Amino acid sequence: MQAVETRDLSRNFGARRALLGVSLEVSEGKIFGLLGPNGGGKSTMFKIISTLLPPSAGTAAVFGRDVVADPGGVRALLGVVFQSPSLDKKLTVKENLEYHGRIYGLGAAERKGRIEDLLGRFHLTERAKDQVGTLSGGLARRVEIAKGMMHRPKLLLLDEPSTGLDPGARMELMAELRLARKEEGVTVLMTTHILEEAEDCDELAILDRGEIVARGTPDQLKAEISGEVLTIEADEPEQLQREIEAKLGLKAEQVSSALRLEAPKAFELSMTLGKEFGDRIRSLRIGRPTLGDVFLRKTGRLFSGEEESDKREKAVQR
Amino acid sequence: MTDTIKVQGRKASAWSAVMGLSSREVISFLRQRSRVIASLATPIMFWLMFGAGFGSSFRGAGSAQSNFLEYFFPGILILAVVFAGIFSTISTIQDRQEGFLQSVLVAPIPRWAIVSGKILGGSILAFLQGAVLLALGPLAGIPFHLLGFALALGWLFLISVGMTALGFYFAWKIDSVQGFHGVMNTLLMPMWLLSGAFFPAAGAFWGIKVLMMINPLTYGLVGLRRALYFGSSQGLAELPATWICLLVVVGMVLIMIAASASAVRKKAL
Repeated sequence: MQAVETRDLSRNFGARRALLGVSLEVSEGKIFGLLGPNGGGKSTMFKIISTLLPPSAGTAAVFGRDVVADPGGVRALLGVVFQSPSLDKKLTVKENLEYHGRIYGLGAAERKGRIEDLLGRFHLTERAKDQVGTLSGGLARRVEIAKGMMHRPKLLLLDEPSTGLDPGARMELMAELRLARKEEGVTVLMTTHILEEAEDCDELAILDRGEIVARGTPDQLKAEISGEVLTIEADEPEQLQREIEAKLGLKAEQVSSALRLEAPKAFELSMTLGKEFGDRIRSLRIGRPTLGDVFLRKTGRLFSGEEESDKREKAVQR
Repeated sequence: MTDTIKVQGRKASAWSAVMGLSSREVISFLRQRSRVIASLATPIMFWLMFGAGFGSSFRGAGSAQSNFLEYFFPGILILAVVFAGIFSTISTIQDRQEGFLQSVLVAPIPRWAIVSGKILGGSILAFLQGAVLLALGPLAGIPFHLLGFALALGWLFLISVGMTALGFYFAWKIDSVQGFHGVMNTLLMPMWLLSGAFFPAAGAFWGIKVLMMINPLTYGLVGLRRALYFGSSQGLAELPATWICLLVVVGMVLIMIAASASAVRKKAL
């Protein structure tokens, strides 16, 4: 059985269509990333799967339980970590976990054991008696995840878990998620607009403008781009683009002020380019394809966290 | 590590959630020292200032208490629980703006447990403030009577629940703290002033009298006064009967809880 399965999932906000028939499977035990620009539909997916928002059409199920027909059944399987903090800042770390355990109906002995366990695993034991308001952003996020794990969910949903974290804290967070999966077999579904974070997922779906444009492991996705990616900065990119395409018979894309070429033998090509257009090239960079390149290939647009429609989405959802 | 949680019955988990939510409310409040101090200082300040200010110019028409400090005291208890109850529900608006409320809404507990937990938590806070102030009763000249004070605690609790539920209802509907303050002050001040807290209905203009008669707080205050002067019906006889007061206050509690529950069902976030 799939941990998450959606069929033709759609959601409209008035005239705006946030999701356009998304079908997605997340198999059990995976750390699955939903990558896309803000406003691409990730948050809407997240809200539907976490039972907070009904779909306009289509279905979504968590371990076979339908989010609309059996929200209570789905909720019992979920651990949810929201983007905005859900901890009471005036309560200590331990009290927050304690209170969460009560909400999920855990008995006193079970709460105590579980809290000790999680504090240890998330390296929070020393801060257990501190009020959450005194913790750094990274630590508070760790408490959020510990809280989400408190009742041993089968599916952990995380909305942009590394927002506001520095790269070090983000790597720690991924390590903690892996550990949680190893020790408890939890399936993780997270939304992200950070490419580096997506790289660390077992599997990805790229969601753009309400549709899934690609899916696979990060390596599979990147392998769709043959060879390397050349990025050229030039004073007159349009003209250079025309000339490269005419002389070398290659397809060059203009991305903001730079040109971008995919080539199986990028080093050889760079020599040719240097010989032919050396005086007009300001810089030339060769790189292995990134998920950003995959996004560009699939959508024809540069990947950036923010999207125009982002603000609108927030306004509508209010 | 891989053992699974024994899933308790839905009912057990709902009650556990109510307790969890309400205790969070209380602990969180007690951690905010400024709020604790203000919540007790404000009513005491009001009591002393008005009590001393009006002093002997007050003629207790239709009341046994000729001294305004004494007459005003039950009104101050009401003031404390009304404002504490209502404003404890501001946390509902803050919870909604942050992720706190969302994380409660995705828990496998019924909506009524969320409503009950928040209302119970706020009620306990309001009740505790009323109870602390009640201890000052003998200073105001109210003779201490064990049963009377116990009954007074009961009234304070009922009023706390009713007003917290009222606050919760509006807090759920209004999405900014400023708006909530505005609405509540416009509603609460007249409700409190026209409850008999400040002046008895007996000598008031007829229009005011009507307003006082339809104000549920009036009945709560009469009940409270009766309890405080337990055994001596002097000057309280012409006020509505205790059973009517109880009926009105319990009615208000039930109506406001039902309204809150329905508000939560209609609008989840």
